[in-house]
Amino acid sequence: MNSYLDFEKPIAEIEGKIRELRHLSGDGGLNIVEEVARLQGKVDRTLRQTYARLTPWQKALVARHPERPHCLDYVAALVQDFTPLAGDRKFGEDRAVIGGLGRFRGRAIMLIGQEKGRDTAERVTHNFGMPNPEGYRKAVRLMRLAERFGLPVVTLVDTPGAYPGIGAEERGQAEAIARSIETCLDLRVPIVSIVIGEGGSGGAIALATANKVLMLEHAIYSVISPEGCASILWRSAEHAQEAAEALKLTSEDLLKLGVIDEIIGEPLGGAHRAPADAISSVGEALERSLSELRGVAGGDLRSRRRQKVLAIGQKTLG
Amino acid sequence: MSWLERFARPKVRALFRKDDIPEKLWEKCPACEQMIFHRELEAQMRVCPHCGHHMRIDARTRLSQLFDDGAFQTIELPAVPVDPLRFRDRKRYPDRLREAQGASTLADAIIVAHGKLGGHQTVIAASEFSFMGGSMGMAVGEALVAAARLATLQEAPLIVIPASGGARMQEGVLSLVQMARTTVAIEELREAGLPYIVVLTDPTTGGVTASFAMIGDIAIAEPGAMIGFAGARVIEETIRQQLPAGFQKAEYLLDHGMLDMVVHRHKLRETLTRVIDLLMTAPRSADVVAYPRTGLDIPAQPRA
Ligand SMILES: [Zn+2]
Repeated sequence: MNSYLDFEKPIAEIEGKIRELRHLSGDGGLNIVEEVARLQGKVDRTLRQTYARLTPWQKALVARHPERPHCLDYVAALVQDFTPLAGDRKFGEDRAVIGGLGRFRGRAIMLIGQEKGRDTAERVTHNFGMPNPEGYRKAVRLMRLAERFGLPVVTLVDTPGAYPGIGAEERGQAEAIARSIETCLDLRVPIVSIVIGEGGSGGAIALATANKVLMLEHAIYSVISPEGCASILWRSAEHAQEAAEALKLTSEDLLKLGVIDEIIGEPLGGAHRAPADAISSVGEALERSLSELRGVAGGDLRSRRRQKVLAIGQKTLG
Repeated sequence: MSWLERFARPKVRALFRKDDIPEKLWEKCPACEQMIFHRELEAQMRVCPHCGHHMRIDARTRLSQLFDDGAFQTIELPAVPVDPLRFRDRKRYPDRLREAQGASTLADAIIVAHGKLGGHQTVIAASEFSFMGGSMGMAVGEALVAAARLATLQEAPLIVIPASGGARMQEGVLSLVQMARTTVAIEELREAGLPYIVVLTDPTTGGVTASFAMIGDIAIAEPGAMIGFAGARVIEETIRQQLPAGFQKAEYLLDHGMLDMVVHRHKLRETLTRVIDLLMTAPRSADVVAYPRTGLDIPAQPRA
């Protein structure tokens, strides 16, 4: 753990003390064991209390935490024989969208996911997880490929949104997103989507129109970022916290609204504290969803997916 | 009286010119700033006679310009939950909604109508931009679902005429989901073998462009219409570069292969008629799929 969020300050302080104690004791003298255990207990209690009542804005910060597991971390841990496939066959390769064949728990799948990158160089390579049209067109190509070979499609959603740039507009960002949604709704193989971090607007729903939509506990999924919403409706991005409240972008609210099907619990203190645990929970949930859909006829998968999408809106928070 | 004159009847004019001074005789073109005699502007379908600038028009005027003799029937928009998130910014969402309803006499930012176009039974859904920026929430999404099903029941082509800033933030993720819901509706229409024609008008952006507006079998735009995914300001702030001339204008999109044609408003009715004539001549080879109804009450035949 290197970076703490603002609201994690009390935790940072206690963990700082633990580090200090360990450093001072050097050889690990017995006298500090008890004190470290006491402090560790305090850390756990504070984490539990803090993470049990994260505000929507705090969830947005957790969802964007730099050490949160990203798409490629899930791929590395959960997918064997991963064989990345590149390019949209029309214009280029978009590294904001990872795609490829692989094996999940022994069965072949097509994996498509948005990758934000970990350090500065990676972030630039992956364009901070903001796809260009080529990313969505690659996704469409890979979904069709999966369909031809009867492979389930698994998507991992983590994007601030589709990239707003000159080239992106010229090459039809809107059309690319629309076709990706259209393809998701047409496919005759299972699609399971997992919102692992940030589900940013159209750029997210392009890959999150699925038979099953799962969402990590502290992930967010929204029509617009809290900052964007605040700057339009409150005329200042400083109102992002209020906007985050109003947008109802937490996994809990989205489950109530019927937009997602299941919440995947995160380890104490968020996925960034124990990435391996978070990834393994995602693996379990994914296996459950895939096995539910296994054996369902292609036409049924498609019509059920459409009916599910049409039924959204019957549950409200009002 | 031609349909062209009829659409400008005083009652209709009063409906959307209320922001103007009632007795106003002259209007200034926002593009070339020339003064235009009000009646001439109406006769020109609100296209500037000096520079050809296509001014925004409201949904009802649009429909009367397109249907034969300006005659059409509208359908009641399916009821949807009001304020599903209990959204409040500086104002409560239901208050914003009521204001827009009061100002427009519409239930939401869209009108769904059916009637004859060039003799063909046709369904047209037109956005009302003056209603909360034509934004798409549950009502607009459900109206498009209804429009597509009405077209299917009537075996009619569907024309959608968006003018929208995108998804309606006040309905949060439920407005985002309309991108997928409207797409289902279009897929069902397509599988019934019916044409889906989109006429993109100024402005069409965001989640509307990135869903039903960009998957037309035929994509037409009005001259000069601003069409894009991201807003120009967002793009400028992101890339810190000046945008090229004509960026996100209809002609620019045409040059980049995103549209079939850019059509002058005076030629729109004629063009749509021709396209429908050509598409609807061969016997339909529909891959017709049965789909469950969602309980929407749609007339199978046009109401008198
Ligand atoms: Zn002019």
